[in-house]
Amino acid sequence: MIDAIDLSMVNWARAQFALTAMYHWIFVPLTLGLSFLLAFFETLYVRTGNEEWKRITKFWMSLFAVNFAIGVATGIILEFEFGTNWSNYSWMVGDIFGAPLAAEGIFAFFLEATFFAVMFFGWNRVSKRFHLLSTWMVAIGSNLSALWILVANGWMQFPVGMQFNPDSARFEMENFFEVLLSPMAIDKFTHATSSSFQIGALFVVAVSSWFLLRKRHLEMAKRSIIVASVFGLIASIFVAFTGDESAYNVAQKQPMKLAAIEGLYQGDTNCALCAVGILNPDQKPGQTSDPYLFAIKLPGALSFLATRTFDGFVPGINDLVYGNPEQGVVGVTDKVDSGRIAVEQLALYKGARKEANDQVAETALATFKEHEANLGYGFLQSPEEAIPPVALSFYSFRVMVGLGTYFPILFILMLVFTLRETIENKRWLLGLGVISLFLGYLASEAGWVVAEVGRQPWAIQGLLPVSVARSNLTTATVAGTFFMFLFLFTILLIAEIRIMLKQISIGPEEK
Amino acid sequence: MIGSLALTQLQQIWWIIASLVGALFIFMTFVQGGQTLLFTLTRSEEEKTLIINSLGRKWELTFTTLVLFGGALFAAFPLFYATSFGGAYWVWIAILFTFIIQAVSYEYRKKPNNLLGARTYEIFLFINGSLSLLLIGAAIGTFFTGSNFLLNDYNFVKWAHPLRGLEAAFNLFNVALGIFLIFHSRLLGALYLANNLNHNDLVERSQRAAFINLLCALPFLLIVLGGLVTMDGYAVDPATGTVFMESGKYLGNLLALPLNLILLLAGLVLVIAGVYAAHFKGSTRGIWLSGPGTVLVVLALLFLAGFNDTAFYPSKVDLQSSLTIQNASSSHYTLTAMSYIALAIPFVLAYISYVWRSMDAGKMSLEDVKKEGHNEAY
Repeated sequence: MIDAIDLSMVNWARAQFALTAMYHWIFVPLTLGLSFLLAFFETLYVRTGNEEWKRITKFWMSLFAVNFAIGVATGIILEFEFGTNWSNYSWMVGDIFGAPLAAEGIFAFFLEATFFAVMFFGWNRVSKRFHLLSTWMVAIGSNLSALWILVANGWMQFPVGMQFNPDSARFEMENFFEVLLSPMAIDKFTHATSSSFQIGALFVVAVSSWFLLRKRHLEMAKRSIIVASVFGLIASIFVAFTGDESAYNVAQKQPMKLAAIEGLYQGDTNCALCAVGILNPDQKPGQTSDPYLFAIKLPGALSFLATRTFDGFVPGINDLVYGNPEQGVVGVTDKVDSGRIAVEQLALYKGARKEANDQVAETALATFKEHEANLGYGFLQSPEEAIPPVALSFYSFRVMVGLGTYFPILFILMLVFTLRETIENKRWLLGLGVISLFLGYLASEAGWVVAEVGRQPWAIQGLLPVSVARSNLTTATVAGTFFMFLFLFTILLIAEIRIMLKQISIGPEEK
Repeated sequence: MIGSLALTQLQQIWWIIASLVGALFIFMTFVQGGQTLLFTLTRSEEEKTLIINSLGRKWELTFTTLVLFGGALFAAFPLFYATSFGGAYWVWIAILFTFIIQAVSYEYRKKPNNLLGARTYEIFLFINGSLSLLLIGAAIGTFFTGSNFLLNDYNFVKWAHPLRGLEAAFNLFNVALGIFLIFHSRLLGALYLANNLNHNDLVERSQRAAFINLLCALPFLLIVLGGLVTMDGYAVDPATGTVFMESGKYLGNLLALPLNLILLLAGLVLVIAGVYAAHFKGSTRGIWLSGPGTVLVVLALLFLAGFNDTAFYPSKVDLQSSLTIQNASSSHYTLTAMSYIALAIPFVLAYISYVWRSMDAGKMSLEDVKKEGHNEAY
């Protein structure tokens, strides 16, 4: 099916996708969150007629524009990168994956692009109400674009609504709504957008805190903090709920990811969750020794998270790789054997079809069908290849969850002290407010590391490993474009930050 | 309803939809054309700012149309998406780079502390306006001249040329198409500015520029048209799917599909009429002739490449690897689902034109730009 796999090329392609996606994700959450905050600010302006709210809206809007431009710039590459760097993937699952991308263009991008122009340039050209509508449309459009791409991502984590067609040797869609409404798609959308609302809120809190520290634009800063804290707090509750639901679904659909996140090698009933810990870096698959050098554990909590009962069985890496017949876990070892038969029979079938040898084709197809479910495993070099990077998943998860627990506390403190009119004296809290923006970005990126690194080695969970999904490119080509993107995006990021800081120091328009 | 259509009908519908999006994109490249006119058309910084602000309200629609074009091809013809993007790697990467630098340039150009300086961002806009169209033209040219790829039994692509797509730019027909698109976008850009600006000098200069760029575009147009009617083309045997070379294939397609010939000729007449009206009659509304004319011409070109048993993305090195709208398409189910989604397109066009009209109710003048706060203008 494929020529010799050049793993260094695959890894450069992964690095490039990680680079471009993580750069893009610096700007996207701010767009998603801040767009709603702009809509709130402007709604307050239209409802109260108070010009101060208009000034506030316009100020945040100017920062939004700087961020939005680079979000668009870093986004275009991602859509086409599926084709350039993952062309086998694009062919094999394009029948399913392409549809959400096209829907994104039709439903969301035009909404964003069209009303963005009104939002920025329409203050003196359209009515107050139409302008407000446009601001809301930008917020809805931005978040709708997130919906479609996250549906696509959810499908990569948990492929549903499709079937493999041995004649075209690709996966074909059978049910659009199963793809759209898959539990993973809903998790991805709700968790990614609500965490982005947190980033939007953290951004407003951070800039406002800085103003308060500098004793500038006090009225604007305080009003902004109140709206942002309320929004951030509500978003935080959502993040917690959707995060819990995500973890449950990961346990059900991607048990290997959960095992990696927990550093769990030996599965167990009444399984403890490691709240804080240090992994033993020398731990190898198959070993039954304690994988933690240090750990604070919550007894039974992992079983409850994964199965909703305290005594449910949670499989560990060893169970998943080598099998655990007692608990009904089929190991990767068996799946690899079965998958290799599937790969072989598929080739036999295709060859026979070409030569119009119907009898051979028929038996090959029948055998293939028996092993079809494990097709993807047939491409793995060894069963251990099915284990994602454990340490990266483990620590990223703890960074995400730890910070996710801290943000609501920050929002509550900000809100309480601002309402009490004592926020200006709480310099420690204002300092924390500024720093927390960076913590927000850290948590947000860590979340994607958990989601994507935890899915390795799969491009499509269980169906298509990244080593097959790649394009036929040389290592030098992909490494070359990696550095081109690194260089260009870094320059643009520096420009963006400089402009942003300058705009913040200029502050809102004079009254 | 849509589900009861035959697969071949759906494939044709989707080729028409993809072609329409592509044609609208080429129309919208008046933004790119305007970007390359920035240096030649203006006499002062103020005039530059006026042009940037006029284009700046539209660039994102062009950009989004390109993204939709990519998305529609991915969804409807995934094998084309996989083969072309994964195969002609460098040509697409280069095109994408020019759009990345475009996307930040409007917003960052005049902002204080912007690291690279206004001039650099203007050069970015020029690169996007010229290089992207040259390469897009070369890429579309390969629809007729062919590319260097092989597909294996699993439809995985292998590219047989070390330049990975950039070699398309070394073919006279492809390059002529690319250069034509550059002058053509400048012609449209000039007509757009003539229509959108309230600034007598700039309007006059734009009308003149439209004419000059039409003259520059004509020789390249002739090369393209001459090439099209004389070259051998990639024909498909409808019974077996076998691809073979047929002499005068595209001329044959034009004659076999008279509607297509009408589209092409009417489109060319409209493009020229728009420029004529602007230059000789002093009209500011030439864009409304040349723009729709462009759409018709591009539709005709893409129909020529895809319909009448023709391989739309042919392989020079292995004829049987060539892509047709049949062998490159999505499944019946997906094309049906996508068709329901596409029913939203007229609605999208409607709100875009409504918003566009309410924003462009008055022509843009220097005073308008100055009147805006520092955050509401580029």
